[in-house]
Amino acid sequence: MAHDSTHHQSGAVKTGAHDHGVHHDGHHELRFWKKYVFSTDHKVIGAQYCLTALVFLLFGFSLMMVMRWQLAYPGEAFPLKWLAELLGADKMPEGIMLPEFYNQLGAMHGTIMVFLGVVPLAVGAFGNYVMPLQIGAPDMAFPKLNMASYWVYFCGGVVMLASFFMPGGAANSGWTSYAPLSVIATVGQTYWLIGMVFLITSSLLGSVNFIVTIVQLRANGLTYMRLPFFVWAQFVTSFLLLLAFPPLEAAGILQLMDRVAGTSFFMPSGLVVSGVPLTNSGGGSPLLWQHLFWFLAHPEVYVLILPAMGIVAEIIANNTRKPLWGYKSLVYALIFLGFMSFIVWAHHMFLTGMGTAISSFFQTTTMIISIPSVVILTALFLSLWGGSIRFTTPMLFALAFLPMFGIGGLTGLPLGLNISDIPLHDTYYVIGHFHYVVAPGTLLALFAGIYYWYPKVSGRKMNDFLGKLHFWSSFICLNGVFMPMFIQGLAGVSRRLYDGGEQYAHAQGVLQWNEFMSISAWMLGLAQIPFIINFFWSMKKGERVSSNPWEATTLEWAATTSPPLAHGNFEKAPEVHRGPYDYSVPGHPTDFTPQNQPSKA
Amino acid sequence: MDIPYTSTARPDSGLYNAKLGVWLFLASEVMLFGALFSSYILLRVGAPTWPHGYEILNVPLATTNTVVLIGSSVTMVMAWASLMMKGFKKYRLYMGLTVLAGLIFLVIKSFEYSAKFEHHLYPSQSTFMAIYFTITGLHGLHVIGGIILNGYLWGPGSKMWQTDPKRFTNRIEVAGLYWHFVDLVWIFLFPVLYLL
Amino acid sequence: MDSAHSEDIKKHIRGYIFVFISLMVLTVVTVAISYLHLSVGAAITVALIVATVKASLVACYFMHLISEKKLIYLSLIITAVFFVVLMFLPVFFYLNNH
Repeated sequence: MAHDSTHHQSGAVKTGAHDHGVHHDGHHELRFWKKYVFSTDHKVIGAQYCLTALVFLLFGFSLMMVMRWQLAYPGEAFPLKWLAELLGADKMPEGIMLPEFYNQLGAMHGTIMVFLGVVPLAVGAFGNYVMPLQIGAPDMAFPKLNMASYWVYFCGGVVMLASFFMPGGAANSGWTSYAPLSVIATVGQTYWLIGMVFLITSSLLGSVNFIVTIVQLRANGLTYMRLPFFVWAQFVTSFLLLLAFPPLEAAGILQLMDRVAGTSFFMPSGLVVSGVPLTNSGGGSPLLWQHLFWFLAHPEVYVLILPAMGIVAEIIANNTRKPLWGYKSLVYALIFLGFMSFIVWAHHMFLTGMGTAISSFFQTTTMIISIPSVVILTALFLSLWGGSIRFTTPMLFALAFLPMFGIGGLTGLPLGLNISDIPLHDTYYVIGHFHYVVAPGTLLALFAGIYYWYPKVSGRKMNDFLGKLHFWSSFICLNGVFMPMFIQGLAGVSRRLYDGGEQYAHAQGVLQWNEFMSISAWMLGLAQIPFIINFFWSMKKGERVSSNPWEATTLEWAATTSPPLAHGNFEKAPEVHRGPYDYSVPGHPTDFTPQNQPSKA
Repeated sequence: MDIPYTSTARPDSGLYNAKLGVWLFLASEVMLFGALFSSYILLRVGAPTWPHGYEILNVPLATTNTVVLIGSSVTMVMAWASLMMKGFKKYRLYMGLTVLAGLIFLVIKSFEYSAKFEHHLYPSQSTFMAIYFTITGLHGLHVIGGIILNGYLWGPGSKMWQTDPKRFTNRIEVAGLYWHFVDLVWIFLFPVLYLL
Repeated sequence: MDSAHSEDIKKHIRGYIFVFISLMVLTVVTVAISYLHLSVGAAITVALIVATVKASLVACYFMHLISEKKLIYLSLIITAVFFVVLMFLPVFFYLNNH
């Protein structure tokens, strides 16, 4: 069977004729469109999310690589002449980037990476594919809704990217889209807002599906405290998405009204733009936008990290051949973290002139939220102690996640204290902080997950040599890109400067890092080539492996074939008899006991 | 393997899937309208002057709409109760009334809106008009969604009563929960915008 | 569902009618009070109390919340907490800035 763009190794080919003939499909196999494009099977949908998200990630990454030319060599003509010509004189006249275009690249890089790349991959792809298998379910609770989620996401992505072709280009007011700038910005911003409405809707449909599936479709014997930590992470993440996204949807509608209907929700009175007073009614509040935006965007960053922690936890347990340390602490810390994430948002707004009572409140909650994060990271570190560590490719990525997330988290502390945030806010320090958590953090974890679950999806392993090459080169280059940002930030270099700080006296001492970071970024781009080759080559030529090549305990490995049966996942519904990480149980002949293995009488 | 608990309740949660699903969806809607109410509060508290709703808006029309919507909530729950008592014809009557009431709500609303436009009271005119049109407009979109859903369940969707009556009854219960929520939002909207 | 339940349903229906009448009465009450033109603080308090009572009636009886399962209550309580945060914190901001 051809490996179409959805990368779905169709188990249906082998099992189509043996389908239990459950309901509507009867005997004949689904036709192409229903099987690969408008499928309601969570595995196909997960694969669709995976491929689409990876493409968006690559695109968002490419935007950054272009930006980094301008930062390394401000005002110099772009070396890829064909690209400069393609973009045209309104973006890169004679190959030299206009500041307006730099702003578009910056805003779209952030938006695409967060909303079109990382979350769809972490939640849409991994969540959709793995979670139902890990809980022993035949599919998600609402398969048609699942399909709708994917297509609404896809449409949102198309709308977002279409904004590049609008007069004035794509959205250019940052991924944060602050009013009043975003309200008076070019047409691309309207597309951004419409795209966000699509993406938020997709996310809402998905989160309802995830929560109902986890609550209702767990196999017999799979109590909440026997769930793999990955499932817990997806569960809490879904609650964050469910409750935090709607205020941004509301805000998006209000900003659309401001832009399209001339309202003044976020437009203060007496605004003058380029010497011309605006004629709208005024009376609005730019701060209102910030509140509504960050009410979502703070929980959003936990949406970015929690699935990654879930993936790392699974891989660590499997490759240390011992249970995770402190399962209960991990679960309670996760729940507490999810709750706290709703009451820290204004630490993004310390410099808006807020009074000390409010800033003290948010500073306190922000310090408190670091506790569960540390609990989780510590438990994962402690899980290594006394383990028989196997340095498989997924394990390398998972291990690297730990110190990288550590750096990301620690560098967040001065940002969370209102006093130390004053010189650091809006500098490269912030960019370094959040990229450490998301790039050497989450992205490494997502790669770990791809290498880990690839055999489950395809029945073949990815090539180890290419995997390790991908790992080491990415790991080194990631640090090369982001570590110097702390140095620049501490020197006071602001973010979103199209020339990387060249015009400022205080930046002169740290400007030389720009070229270093840019070269690291381009090498990081090259480092992805072995991954891309490996990903596609292994589909056809990878080493064939059994259904449980990593000798794992969780249901997706133990109770199903690789690739899993197309329809219904399991030959028969699994029964769970034990916790998720029964590795190296004393007295047991093998060093792992699958969750569905009955206890001896 | 079929997906379990689509009609029967799962023992430990006591719920069938769609019921949990719709309540979660309603939770997200609470946050959506909550954000709009929060915006209303912030804008009003920060404004030097803010008109009383009854000075600008049509209270009698909105009161009528309130009665209509509450009435439609009753007919909706009666539609479900009829199915629970196996009365399909009664179900169709009550569901039909619910859809009709929804349409009446929209017609009255369109009178309200067009009267405003005739007096050149557009959303852009002031933050009061902006939030009025936006909140009632979003609520109106939800009413339209409910009418379409209920219309489908009254019409072509009602065929499921022949093949799977329990599942169909559950669908009406779930649709009812959504419709009651739309009523609930209006119960807050009406006094806040029109009477304060 | 069995026909044994239809007795329960009939009781429920009486409840629905009673709730409907209460809602109508409360609607009249809330409109009538608005004509009294109370001070802003008092007007808001009374209006919200009446609205909350009406909403509770719809939620408890039309939406059957009064006999719903724990899981639903839990989800709604969590939502209520964050709803309160969303409603009141921006106002505290405003008050703290001025």
